[in-house]
Amino acid sequence: MQTADLLPLVLVLAAVAYGFAYMRSRAVAAPLGGIRNLKALPAYYAARAALWCAIPALIILGAWAAFEGKVIQNVVMASLPAELTPQSAGHASLTLSQISNLAAGKLNPAMVPDGISNAAVLLQELREQSSRFKSLLVILIAVLGGTFAWTRVAPTINARKSVELTLQRLFFVCAAVAILTTIGIVFSVIFETVRFFGKVPMSEFLFGTNWSPQTALRADQVGSEGAFGVIPLFTGTLMISAIAMLIAVPVGLLSAVYLSEYASPRMRSVVKPLLEMLAGVPTVVYGFFAALTVAPFIRDLALMVGLEASSQSALAAGLVMGIMIIPFVSSLSDDVINAVPRSLRDGSLALGATQSETMKNVIFPAALPGIMGGILLAASRAIGETMIVVMAAGLAANLTANPLDSVTTVTVQIVTLLTGDQEFDSAKTLAAFALGMMLFIVTLLLNVIALKVVRKYREQYD
Amino acid sequence: MSISMSPAETTIEEGKTVGIPFSDDPKFHLRNVEVFYGESPAIKNISLDIARNEVIAFIGPSGCGKSTFLRCLNRMNDSIESCQIKGSLLLDGQDIYDPKRDVVELRARVGMVFQKPNPFPKSIYDNVAYGPRIHGLANRKSDLDDIVENSLRKAGLWNEVKDRLDAMATGMSGGQQQRLCIARAIAVSPEVVLMDEPCSALDPIATARIEELIAELSESYTIVIVTHSMQQAARVSNRTAYFHLGHLVEVNDTSKVFTMPEHELTESYITGRFG
Repeated sequence: MQTADLLPLVLVLAAVAYGFAYMRSRAVAAPLGGIRNLKALPAYYAARAALWCAIPALIILGAWAAFEGKVIQNVVMASLPAELTPQSAGHASLTLSQISNLAAGKLNPAMVPDGISNAAVLLQELREQSSRFKSLLVILIAVLGGTFAWTRVAPTINARKSVELTLQRLFFVCAAVAILTTIGIVFSVIFETVRFFGKVPMSEFLFGTNWSPQTALRADQVGSEGAFGVIPLFTGTLMISAIAMLIAVPVGLLSAVYLSEYASPRMRSVVKPLLEMLAGVPTVVYGFFAALTVAPFIRDLALMVGLEASSQSALAAGLVMGIMIIPFVSSLSDDVINAVPRSLRDGSLALGATQSETMKNVIFPAALPGIMGGILLAASRAIGETMIVVMAAGLAANLTANPLDSVTTVTVQIVTLLTGDQEFDSAKTLAAFALGMMLFIVTLLLNVIALKVVRKYREQYD
Repeated sequence: MSISMSPAETTIEEGKTVGIPFSDDPKFHLRNVEVFYGESPAIKNISLDIARNEVIAFIGPSGCGKSTFLRCLNRMNDSIESCQIKGSLLLDGQDIYDPKRDVVELRARVGMVFQKPNPFPKSIYDNVAYGPRIHGLANRKSDLDDIVENSLRKAGLWNEVKDRLDAMATGMSGGQQQRLCIARAIAVSPEVVLMDEPCSALDPIATARIEELIAELSESYTIVIVTHSMQQAARVSNRTAYFHLGHLVEVNDTSKVFTMPEHELTESYITGRFG
């Protein structure tokens, strides 16, 4: 049986164990005078039986799935005759895919050496054996586990405790998944980054002011030396993000103040969902809007006042991005402003403060940590945003402080470096990982600084 | 009016208050006041005078409208959208609810202390200085320092906090916080201080401190205090008003109310038969 079939089977077995244990706990309770004489409710005994049935079986199943392929591979490769034993890693993977293609019947056996076709037969056999053995083992473990728990349905045993403990561990595992994934991502990026710095010196990457990542594909190719100075990318990113924040923070914050303090409940119930809808518009659509409407408009406007502007500008991308992240600021700020206790508001109003004085002097400082949280979220969205920038700000890595020029950002360059046919050991593609690492470090630093600032200035109410 | 021992059967005549509800030269002149939350009436046709520099206590069972009535006096009900107020409410002869009236000025004259201590999450100094700063009462830092010190002295808190004016107010004990709120209220030199069950969240010792304070403050301010504790009303007030289901049943000198209540509902309440 395949894993996909075993999984539902285990769940069915668990359900059966649940039912049996439930019935048994009732039966055990009956002569004692009802379920209140049990240490735990029948549902807990039943849940424990289901957990005993499912969890060990699932662990076995998972472990099998993880190691099966590797083990079989090694056995098959070892069975190859000496003259066919692969010399290099590339050769090994080629041989292996030949064998498995043959086993799957996609390759004509006549086209390969005997050793290979023997190996294919062996592979097929091993796979079948493994599958059979796995099915047996999993079902056996599930049944044994369920039975064990079933026999342990007794009035003196407290099933509640063990169920609670198991659930607690389950929650921990879920929390660990997110953390482990992050660590995994960081490490995968770090290794590539180190390889990149083997090809390009770190000082050139960090302090170079020129970005043109065209490396020669062949040794005799003319031109294209490649320059990996990251500064124009970061100035572009920072400029666009700064423009976006300049739009989003005041507008978002003030609309949050309006929503929470001045709007009537009816107004609020209409306006808030509408504002949040802005966050649901796909960024590609914002990209259209920026490239087709806002950017030309800005160019025309600039020409009218006699300024020179390119048709793709940082200003256009920043403005539209600012609109996009307004809901992050406004919605979160609105929530935290509402969470400030009413008694503080009343205290200030009763002293003769106006609504705006109350807002500025009492509510805003108390809500500051939450508001900063919203702004941070918006900022990391702005820094990480790609689509709008690709469409509206262009790809030219200009080192400029003029928002009417076209610029490019770190994320856009990562995308252009990695899309299309690329080899993964050139400086060009590896640069993408180094950029990603830099971006990660910068956003992390921003977060840490903002947290420190918030902790220093917040006014905590209880 | 029927005479019956059970308060539930006692009928209350709307707008009729026994005792002495009126005075010759009132601070607050309140006539035919009605308050509605949406459709349901919370205050039913109450007329009352509050005299200058008296301490008047509002007592009555929960939900009788005494807090609602108190909050009418400095328009704190304004922020409740469904709340409607009818009748004539005058402070020194001027209509409190005149649409042209400046609420800021009204609230500067009629301060308020709330049930639960609600210091701002700021330093002790900033809490007291909050009102004076808003109203521009101090031209120089030294003036502000004086106002803060005087207010804290009047609230009996100065000696406890003079060395830690920069400490967070939220770190103080409940009783200290409430005295700070009183200091904060009197820092803007109001004429009236409204107190909405100021001791209900405090322990007996802190309560005793606040009651002493009320006695001292009564020399310079008109004080309206809502309380659940009849002993407290008896200890601190000159006059007592008994509220029942939105009606003002009886108003009289405190000693009179607690020794010889005229209305049988008042009697039932103060003898602990309900409430």
